[in-house]
Amino acid sequence: MSTPQHQEVDAHTGTATTGHEWDGIRELNTPLPKWWLYILYATIVWSFGYFIVYPSWPLLASHTPGVLGWTSRGAVTADLQSLQVQRAPMLSALDAASFTDIAKDEKLRGFAIAQGRAAFGDNCAPCHGSGGGGSPSFPNLNDDDWLWGATVEDIRQTIAYGVRSGHEQTRVGAPMPAFGQTGMLKPAEISQVSDHVRAMAGLPTEKGYDAALGEKLFSEQCSSCHGDTGKGNIELGAPNLTDKIWLFGSDKASIADGVNRGRGSIMPAWTGRLDDTTIKALAIYVHGLGGGK
Amino acid sequence: MAHTAGVAGPMNPLKRMSAGEMTLIIAGVALFFLSILIAAKTYSAPFAFHAILFAAASAATVVAVVNRYYYRPAEAPPAEIDGKPNYNYGPIKFATLISLFWGIAGFLVGLIIALQLAFPAVNFDLPWISFGRLRPLHTSAVIFAFGGNVLLGTAFYVVQRTCRVRLAGELAPWFVILGYNFFIVIAGTGYLLGITQGKEYAEPEWYADLFLTVVWVTFFLVFLITLTRRKEPHIYVANWFYIAFIVTIAVLHIGNNAAIPVSLYSPKSYIVWAGVQDAMMQWWYGHNAVGFFLTAGFLAIMYYFVPKRAERPVYSYRLSIIHFWALIFLYMWAGPHHLHYTALPDWTQTLGMTFSIMLWMPSWGGMINGLMTLSGAWDKLRTDPVLRMLVVSIAFYGMSTFEGPLMSIKVVNSLSHYTDWTIGHVHSGALGWVGYVSFGAIYCLVPWLWNRPQLYSLRLVNWHFWVSTIGIVLYITSMWVAGILQGLMWRAYNTLGFLEYSFIETVEAMHPFYVIRALGGALFLAGALIMCWNIYRTIVMPAAEERTAVGGALAAAE
Repeated sequence: MSTPQHQEVDAHTGTATTGHEWDGIRELNTPLPKWWLYILYATIVWSFGYFIVYPSWPLLASHTPGVLGWTSRGAVTADLQSLQVQRAPMLSALDAASFTDIAKDEKLRGFAIAQGRAAFGDNCAPCHGSGGGGSPSFPNLNDDDWLWGATVEDIRQTIAYGVRSGHEQTRVGAPMPAFGQTGMLKPAEISQVSDHVRAMAGLPTEKGYDAALGEKLFSEQCSSCHGDTGKGNIELGAPNLTDKIWLFGSDKASIADGVNRGRGSIMPAWTGRLDDTTIKALAIYVHGLGGGK
Repeated sequence: MAHTAGVAGPMNPLKRMSAGEMTLIIAGVALFFLSILIAAKTYSAPFAFHAILFAAASAATVVAVVNRYYYRPAEAPPAEIDGKPNYNYGPIKFATLISLFWGIAGFLVGLIIALQLAFPAVNFDLPWISFGRLRPLHTSAVIFAFGGNVLLGTAFYVVQRTCRVRLAGELAPWFVILGYNFFIVIAGTGYLLGITQGKEYAEPEWYADLFLTVVWVTFFLVFLITLTRRKEPHIYVANWFYIAFIVTIAVLHIGNNAAIPVSLYSPKSYIVWAGVQDAMMQWWYGHNAVGFFLTAGFLAIMYYFVPKRAERPVYSYRLSIIHFWALIFLYMWAGPHHLHYTALPDWTQTLGMTFSIMLWMPSWGGMINGLMTLSGAWDKLRTDPVLRMLVVSIAFYGMSTFEGPLMSIKVVNSLSHYTDWTIGHVHSGALGWVGYVSFGAIYCLVPWLWNRPQLYSLRLVNWHFWVSTIGIVLYITSMWVAGILQGLMWRAYNTLGFLEYSFIETVEAMHPFYVIRALGGALFLAGALIMCWNIYRTIVMPAAEERTAVGGALAAAE
């Protein structure tokens, strides 16, 4: 590397330097560490082995396929197939059984709940919450207050076709009109009817609330959907106003806002996105969350 | 008053405008009018804001250059004084100080987004500080603003010292440093205002990219011309790494940012690459930004500052050659490991993975050369926290460059990809390697540049070292646990063949680790603030000659 007159040995290591110096820095001429070199060779040999076994080098029109014939597309297909094989017997049993039969069969019901729970987490939880607890305008699924029916078949139908989803079998009910915006009720009347709704639910009312006027307005405008006593109507998707469960909030401002601007939440139809068995399982899972009848 | 010095006034008939001065004035005037035109005609308020910044910067450049011409002596500064090179430290001092500023800003933004992940309310529903805008601000601030200024400053320092020659050009080095930092301002304000081309680590839009290209080519020319003027027969290894860094970053930047603007008056552009080719180009760029910006560049720093600080020769010249060329050759292929199990063809994934594995030893060559340079000086680790910081940086480099090839293996990647393990891996390299080697270099550089006998306080360096080391350990261990937990939860099936966890449950499970990570980031930031105080006190100390007597006494007490 360097001529003998450049030869200079580092006292500490006993190794020769290269004879150059840059700003006081010298370099030893230490040989490559053996272990380092052997591991480098080993990684190269291993890589060449891998090239032979797996798809690796590009050719003009294609690439070397590798002796195993492995492809990532093939590997995913095989994985999905083995999962399907594992689920198949129970899935076909679930498919064939009626809700009544499933309710009696602990094993089948357990399977349906496991499938429903998995599907719920990735499809329903974004709106209804991971425990089905809901949030304003997205119903809580743990209670026994159901807008569109509480039987497992009612629930299945809601999931499959949605609410005002645009699907031809969707639940439409009677979307609540915008009483204020369309001029059907004046602001003072909205205030009276909102207080009346709170009174029906046993909540305190504001000063100036006239019970007789409130009741009159309610029976004229609201009772056709919500019923004379405000108990609601499942056929129309009209909520029960007398309980403690409030989809949009129980404070007077929220109620008045609903009366003013109307309500009519949307839930997408899941048929077509999820297969029928998954929807069935979801219905069983949601029905079992607490409030199904 | 400048007129009193015979040669300094504008009246001196021997004074000629230099080519650099001429170029900057003409380019400055042209850019000024172009910017005004764009500011007037664009539909986009943020773009108009940027055009006004460009106009202001061009005007300031023209004024500064004319002013300088008026008052400067007729001759350029001498290349040598009394037979010693007259080194040009001005741009280096600026780069060193601004790197500290950007470092603190980048670490702080990192801490904020870490807190946003643990406590989403911290984004306060303000669009400008939402995670999506602050995240590129954080990565660009720490990588390009902090790391970039450290690289520019040390490159200008090391090339002068190891070539024993003054830096080429007088205005060009200033243009490189100031131009680069102007690019940073455009990039950073663009992110906050919502200007991005959406490519990770290459977010700035076309006009910022074009400007950076001019700055970078100037950087390359300054470095290369200085090198050709060298007084040493051979080129020192650190300079090989700097050249590899400069050349490759130019190629990557131009390749990945090949884009067509919607119009001259629009900040928006479309990348010429499409679909999976674009993804491939993006990660060819992305991984080589790691390889040539964050590795080759900082290895150059290591190759100068470690032997200098340890006062020991570099361990092996032969190893430096072999690992340099192996690193340069192999890194270029590794990008596809960022796209395992995607639409990228299988053969490309195989090449990306195998070349990453082969990259393991070439990376470790740098680690061996750095660590073994300490041979004969290990005792200094007890007494010199700056050297300790440099050595620990090499240890983190070794750890990350083992972890990287490990994570590139497809079966490992199927667990680690998209999880926080990747974030932990990146930060063991970023905080441990890039951060510590930069801090070590800055601690060495400041007394040398400002001619101070030593740092204000080694005890404070020691505090910086321990506070930030605890921070790094908290950061990377929490992200390892979080990432592996995440990966296992995502793939967990129950006995009936259904996914065990929904995605949101895996997010909830991350919360405690995100809190620990934020704590680690806070400690790292605290350490950097200690450093800033130490550097400030060092610079305001009296210069070396004036305090030899006192300095000696302090050194003995240390």
